[in-house]
Amino acid sequence: MEILQKYRRARIFWPSVIFLGILLFNTIISKGEFLSITMMDGHFYGRLVDIFRNGSKLMLLAMGMTFVIASGGIDISVGSVMAISGAIACSVIRGNLFPFFQGSVFFALVLAVAAGALCGAWNGFLVSRVRIQPMVATLILMVAGRGIAQLITNGKIITVNSPSYYFINGGYILGLPFPLYLVIILFAGLLFFTKKTAFGLFLASSGINDKSSRLAGIRVENIKLLVYVFCGAAAAGAGLIESSGIKGADCNNAGLMIELDAILSVAIGGNLLTGGRFSLGASICGALIIQSITTTIYAMGVPPEVIQLVKALLVITISLIQSEKLSIKLLPAKAAAQ
Amino acid sequence: MKSGILLDMKNICKEYPGVQALDNVPFQLEAGEIHALLGENGAGKSTLIKVLTGAESLTSGAVFLNGKSVRVKNPLQAQHMGISTVYQEVNLCPNLSVSENIHIGREPRTRYGLIDWKTMESRSRELLAGFDLDIDVIRALDNYSVAVQQMVAIARSCDISARILILDEPTSSLTDTEVDKLFSVMRRLRDEGMGIIFVTHFLDQVYQVCDRITVLRNGRYICTENTKALDKVSLVGRMIGKDYSELSGSRTSREETGDKDILMDVRGLYKSGTISPLNLSLRQGEILGFGGLLGSGRSEAARVIFGADRPDGGDLSLEGEPALFKTPLEGIRAGLAFCPEERKVEGIVGELSIRDNIMLALQAKKGMTKPLDPDEVDRLTRKYIELLQIKTPDEHQTVKNLSGGNQQKVILARWLATDPRILILDEPTRGIDVGTKAEIQKIMISLADGGMSVVFISSEIDEMMRCCERMVVLKDRAVVCELSGETLTESRVMQSIAGKGE
Repeated sequence: MEILQKYRRARIFWPSVIFLGILLFNTIISKGEFLSITMMDGHFYGRLVDIFRNGSKLMLLAMGMTFVIASGGIDISVGSVMAISGAIACSVIRGNLFPFFQGSVFFALVLAVAAGALCGAWNGFLVSRVRIQPMVATLILMVAGRGIAQLITNGKIITVNSPSYYFINGGYILGLPFPLYLVIILFAGLLFFTKKTAFGLFLASSGINDKSSRLAGIRVENIKLLVYVFCGAAAAGAGLIESSGIKGADCNNAGLMIELDAILSVAIGGNLLTGGRFSLGASICGALIIQSITTTIYAMGVPPEVIQLVKALLVITISLIQSEKLSIKLLPAKAAAQ
Repeated sequence: MKSGILLDMKNICKEYPGVQALDNVPFQLEAGEIHALLGENGAGKSTLIKVLTGAESLTSGAVFLNGKSVRVKNPLQAQHMGISTVYQEVNLCPNLSVSENIHIGREPRTRYGLIDWKTMESRSRELLAGFDLDIDVIRALDNYSVAVQQMVAIARSCDISARILILDEPTSSLTDTEVDKLFSVMRRLRDEGMGIIFVTHFLDQVYQVCDRITVLRNGRYICTENTKALDKVSLVGRMIGKDYSELSGSRTSREETGDKDILMDVRGLYKSGTISPLNLSLRQGEILGFGGLLGSGRSEAARVIFGADRPDGGDLSLEGEPALFKTPLEGIRAGLAFCPEERKVEGIVGELSIRDNIMLALQAKKGMTKPLDPDEVDRLTRKYIELLQIKTPDEHQTVKNLSGGNQQKVILARWLATDPRILILDEPTRGIDVGTKAEIQKIMISLADGGMSVVFISSEIDEMMRCCERMVVLKDRAVVCELSGETLTESRVMQSIAGKGE
């Protein structure tokens, strides 16, 4: 009972309820077919599995974005970083870049993630040292990033022929899609990191009041640099999944506009965009909500032209459900409790 | 001069969950008077004002304005009724021009419905001239000092034809001359028949400008008296419900400090444009005052010593070991602690809990990768909540919900938890009620008696004289003299500040 109470008050409560609600809705309109999971060649198939697989990119991005937003910043360059990461990985595998390592998927992945981290370090440098507004600082890479990616690929859409690279998006372990494991490993790692070090406290404190935090001895600049580096690396990971999915690198379309979905995931998760205290789990729920909405809309046969509109309406509804002011108006009992 | 009752509040009650913030409080304001509303933090002053301006609704009671019963629903409605408030933090728009700020929401229009800028500007100039303020009304408000901004806020209130003006701690960030100017404006408005409610922590100012005083304590009404009929000692007694002698019973005889060991020695420490080369030493277990006016370099000196501002050069040694702090963290690791002047901006982390705020510096000192044991933190938190008597239901409350005095105590707890050798307190008692002030002074003295060295900065000379054993006086960003023992008297400090000392 006490655990239930604690859960009820936690940030993750509403996002997880909404996610389950959407799943329930889908189950009802599809007369149960939505939940059916079939086993084929030792792999699980089904709508639910699709949501988790297709949502994995967004979940990775949401985790990085959660940290950045908690620090009081924002990163709108993640889509471009995805493009860079895909371009590097594919070029290395084809041998266009570092011919010595041609075909080495491992080296391609390491280099792609390192490049993402470097992009993040650049953002972090601009924000924490040069003190440019985060929106403007990351706008630079958002615009320039696709150009960098084009340079790497010589302006072409390149394709790769490497089954082990395809595995990143299409592979299965124990019947479940491989990207899901990436999400789980990263989430577990971060949870461990934030709980076993004082990073979570320092991050929240820096995001709320950086002057106070600095005077209390927190190296605010390093914390800020770190979150952008991490966000860049996470975006590179998402870029690899995307590129593996299309079996190549498309610098113009990889991760296009996805930064908005990433920010939205964090917001739907109930994290304040002004920074401060955060919940990674809530952001992941936010990402799953967005992914399941997309899946639902497709499943309901809504014409593709109006999908964005339907999505917007749903997002507004979700935001209203979470709005404290509105719930106080609608539920007088809650107002009394406060 | 007086012309009847303007405002009559009867049996005002305000309940928050679990707290009776106001309990049957009456309050009367006459036209043409300046009425001081006094009390410790948590006495209910702000709540009473919030109820009056409609920012909070009252639980029970009645408000009569000019004899008519009214119910104020929100601050805008209060403004229409002629009740205006000027807060401690100016709540105008800093990036709009002065004249836009004065006319916002009621701009004069041309016959085409466009804003009539010329009329707006000339009216602003006329209005401000009435307040002896000759400034460029087209420039953005944030080009001007807080004092001017406050004056603009008052002018704006008067222009909306306020009959009741509430000044909520308007003087805490003003210099003496600015305060005088504000007072002459207040007197003039009073003579024009306005009723003014004046909330402040500075008792001298109450006696300078107020006609009557109402005292609240713990949400209850204590008394309303004519200022002339109530002397300062009994006023303080009523505010804190204690005897004044108990309050001023802190260290009056200054100990000879010559034989205490030197703990910190500062030689030629400077930061260009901020503080000239600084020479001073701090002894084990003493309270050293940094005297001087605001802007004299007293805070700046403390900041370069601690590492809050990076010094450009000079030497600093701790127990003979050279040590120079380029960042706060270096200072903290060497055993320094620093409570900054701007509590809200640089001290508290508002959205975090009391517990997190207290553990912050200790955790930073230990390093990010070595988290503190939660049980240890719980123990520390409880210890300091009890020791400093922080008033809160539990340690998980967010700090921004606490009163100013309690916030200050939380910051003090944060630093005491790091077990510092040197504690630097920059205006720790500013904007805090008399009772908490005395508490903080007592804590400071007992810490020094326990062997901690304390650097103390305050605008109030009384307080400095009571607590400090030695004092360095700063003027124009440099130390002008050092006083101790026999030479440490109020008049010598004054002379040094004024530039007549040796």
